[in-house]
Amino acid sequence: MEKPKVGFYWCASCGGCEEAVLDLNEDILKVVDAVDIIFWPVAFDFKKKDVESMEDGSIAVSFINGAVRLSEQEEVVELLRKKSGLVVAFGSCAHMGGIPALANISNKNEIFKRAYKKVPSVVNLEEIYPQEKVKLDVGELELPSFYNTVKPLDRVVDVDYYLPGCPPPPDLIMKAVHAILEGKLPPKGAVIASDKTLCETCERNKTKPDKLKIKEMKRIFEIVSDDEKCFLEQGIICLGPATRSGCGERCIKGNMPCRGCFGPTDSVIDQGAKFLSALASIIDTNEQGEIQSIVETIPDLIGTFYRFSLASSPLKRKKLKA
Amino acid sequence: MVSIVLDGKKIDVEEGTTILKVARDMGIDIPTLCYHEMIKPYNACRLCIVEVTSNGRTTITASCSTEVEDGMVVKTDSLSVINVRKMVAELLLARAPSVEKIREIAAKLGIEESRFVEEKEQRCILCGLCVRACEEIVGVNAISFVNRGPEREVSTPFKVESDVCIGCGACEYFCPTEAIKIEDIKGRKVLHDYLYLGPTKAIRVPFLQAIPNVPVIDVNYCIHFKTDNCKLCEKLCESDAINHDMKDEYEEVDVGAAILTTGYELFDSLKIPEYGYGKYPNVINGLQFEHLCHASGPTGGKILLENGSEPQQVAIIHCVGSRDKNYKSYCSRVCCMYAMKFAHLVHEKTNAHIYEFYIDIRSFGKGYEEFYNRMLSEGVTFIRGKVAEVNDGALTPEEEGKLIVRCEDTLVGIVRRIPVDMVVLCPAVISRNDSEEVAKLFGLTLSADGFFREQHPKLGPISTDSDGIFIAGACQGPKDIPDSVAQGAGAAGGVLSLGDYYSVEPIYSVIDDKLCAGCKICISVCPYDAITFNEEENVSEIQEMLCKGCGACVAACPGGVARQNGFQDEQIFAEIEGVLI
Amino acid sequence: MIIVNNDFEPKLVGFLCRWCSYQGADLAGTSRIEYPPNLIPIRVMCSGRVDPSFVMKAYSEGADGVLIFGCHPGDCHYKEGNYKTIRRYSMMKKLLGEFGIEDERFRLEWVSAAEGEKFTEVVKDATEKIKKLGPLNWKEVLEV
Repeated sequence: MEKPKVGFYWCASCGGCEEAVLDLNEDILKVVDAVDIIFWPVAFDFKKKDVESMEDGSIAVSFINGAVRLSEQEEVVELLRKKSGLVVAFGSCAHMGGIPALANISNKNEIFKRAYKKVPSVVNLEEIYPQEKVKLDVGELELPSFYNTVKPLDRVVDVDYYLPGCPPPPDLIMKAVHAILEGKLPPKGAVIASDKTLCETCERNKTKPDKLKIKEMKRIFEIVSDDEKCFLEQGIICLGPATRSGCGERCIKGNMPCRGCFGPTDSVIDQGAKFLSALASIIDTNEQGEIQSIVETIPDLIGTFYRFSLASSPLKRKKLKA
Repeated sequence: MVSIVLDGKKIDVEEGTTILKVARDMGIDIPTLCYHEMIKPYNACRLCIVEVTSNGRTTITASCSTEVEDGMVVKTDSLSVINVRKMVAELLLARAPSVEKIREIAAKLGIEESRFVEEKEQRCILCGLCVRACEEIVGVNAISFVNRGPEREVSTPFKVESDVCIGCGACEYFCPTEAIKIEDIKGRKVLHDYLYLGPTKAIRVPFLQAIPNVPVIDVNYCIHFKTDNCKLCEKLCESDAINHDMKDEYEEVDVGAAILTTGYELFDSLKIPEYGYGKYPNVINGLQFEHLCHASGPTGGKILLENGSEPQQVAIIHCVGSRDKNYKSYCSRVCCMYAMKFAHLVHEKTNAHIYEFYIDIRSFGKGYEEFYNRMLSEGVTFIRGKVAEVNDGALTPEEEGKLIVRCEDTLVGIVRRIPVDMVVLCPAVISRNDSEEVAKLFGLTLSADGFFREQHPKLGPISTDSDGIFIAGACQGPKDIPDSVAQGAGAAGGVLSLGDYYSVEPIYSVIDDKLCAGCKICISVCPYDAITFNEEENVSEIQEMLCKGCGACVAACPGGVARQNGFQDEQIFAEIEGVLI
Repeated sequence: MIIVNNDFEPKLVGFLCRWCSYQGADLAGTSRIEYPPNLIPIRVMCSGRVDPSFVMKAYSEGADGVLIFGCHPGDCHYKEGNYKTIRRYSMMKKLLGEFGIEDERFRLEWVSAAEGEKFTEVVKDATEKIKKLGPLNWKEVLEV
């Protein structure tokens, strides 16, 4: 019997998701045994035309990590969509835009200016910026277009399943692979993780008082945090209550608060706004001036509340002045 | 018990009783001036002398201080008693000839003129009753006798204003010859405050129809609560009903519902100084007029001016502070009808001519328009126009000594000056000054006019936004007695129909226990403590009975697990999408 | 045909608390007070029910402004719902600033059941100010 064909692709992301596959350790051998990897640019030499030559729908499943930032990424994921039975958004960036999507508080122009001119280590007196088309002796060279807005995968192509996490933990990857191999598929569009929030499995939730009230917000470097107490109780912003569980609390076990990489639960459309609502609700004062000064101590609300979910939130990006 | 013979009659009396008391109990008239049964006798006026034979000795002695002894023979009208008493009366008459009471006593003894030199200006007979009252009853010793012989008089020490005097007026009250007058000097508070329409007392029935209809002691005026003394009322009360040690008690009562009927206040007419209220004594407000007309009021129900004479013209001014955007823009509803009732009362009790100054006559109730027509036929002059001013600046001889009401008669189109003796103002009905606090206490809100807001102007006129709290009467808005009674009955009915079951809000919040992660954010948000944490299941749970359905937890739930019936997130999202098409 | 630019009519979404502000708006209606039709009210039981996601959703669906109306502080039918609104509002305001949404486009106003007139004043004022700002048009924002 022919083994199911599997593809991997890497869009706008750090590459951690690719490593997560290797984090499967010995299990990866089982996967390799069970499937036929036909496209994995980071590991093997495959060409785009190889994929183009395949029949539509002939790839059983494509795991795509990273957000869509360039025209090239858009082109490849559209191609993979056409050729694949299932498309799985692999990791936070493909799922919700992730860290790369925080660039949505800026745009192409600003990013180019910053990266190719303003960065202290760059000297660019001629103000040369990357061009999409350059004529050289050998002919015209083309670079992919750089979009103003970073998009999660599902704003470009139809996505069947989401594997959340930055990166997705091995057990969830294996769970997804098993489900696909065994044909025990959840309903389309499902996020392959729990639908409860992190507090459910968090050890520290037991120390949380019934009536949680906070008077000041602290950043993690400002205090020596107690490694058993709930972070919110200590005044440290922890997105756990607004974040899907399933990650195994890797951060919290390392005494770092949750930053929300698993995204919101199914019934929440805006992780950042929801967390803001919860956090503001437990501020322990009714006095407007005091509330204001507490709010002022949080330096970067988008970066804090929408660290991973900005591109998939209702607003998706910052409005720039015309 | 001892046996005595009094004016030839043998009687048994209680030991320790004075002869004066025994004689008066038997109906024998013995005159006194310096004696008061609540104060120790002092033997000053000598009018009460009697002839006493005891142990074989006969003496003339003061009956007010002499106690009975066994075998005593007392004569109250022997020749020598009469002669001595006549002499005493004649001397008293010479000292204080202008005192009516002394003249009466003397006249009874057949004396019209004293043979001695009369001191025309003197009223004090140095009986010391005031001094004893101040010492024994009030207990402050503010006054005493000073000097000797002909110089002897009653005064404060060194004749300077006394710091210990509490202005209670006991000296004035006990003085038999009206020699002492208590006056408000230097703004010192006089305890027995004289209200404009009549004096108030430290003990009084709050008002005629008070329930329970019993007197109360006003601790602000009672001497006992100033000096720890007096307690005269307690000594006098035969049924021992008075207890000065009683304290205000606060009792907590558990109830299932409450009806607020806190009523209204009258607009302060001083705020419209052009109407002369507080400046001219004959400008009074509606409640004061009611008091004046009352059979138990200060004038026994007669409508009199401040000087005691009957008014010739009476002006009644409507809408004082009502229907006036400078004060209260609403109509106070009750004034037109009570103003016309006043007109009828004045018409019935006096021959005065009555003027009603009105903006519009609002006689909307049952039988009200008929009453208006009757007033027209009784000759009341209705002048349509808002009064500009009430002053006393007479321009013509007819206006001399009168109050002048200046007003534009809008029906005729001229400005009129109408001289009257009395002006009755009908001030606006306003919300009570503490209505805001009371509203907060019961979780109510106020309407723009400051009265309690009903749940719905048409469909819920007696219920409020708070379950089980009803409102009735003028606390909800100006209304007359029939309307207040109807609303009160309605509110009582509302309470009765609550039944012994508890109705749960149709809109309440629920937490999906299959999806709740137990983060407890909702618990700190709930204002009703309706959410509890279930340790076993590691979920938060809403008690439907306690939930009022505000939805604060739903907005705060970071997992989107708490939901509000009727206001689900999806419903509101759909609404937002709908309104923004 | 010439299209005049100042024909712009802003779309405002209002979240009105059921006890005070909705009744205040009702009073404005029964009192026949005229005010711009730009605000479309959405009734909630309490301003404390207004989930910041609603506000985000409204902007993303094309609202030019969002107004939250509640009972005056201390007057909340649910004791303290409006205090939660103040807290969330203060944080939201800062967040929306980071999203590039101008101050005038997000307001929290206290309107009691008796303040029909104040309600209309607020709507008038908000409509005028947002008219001056021009459309927000979030769908266009995303097209850049």
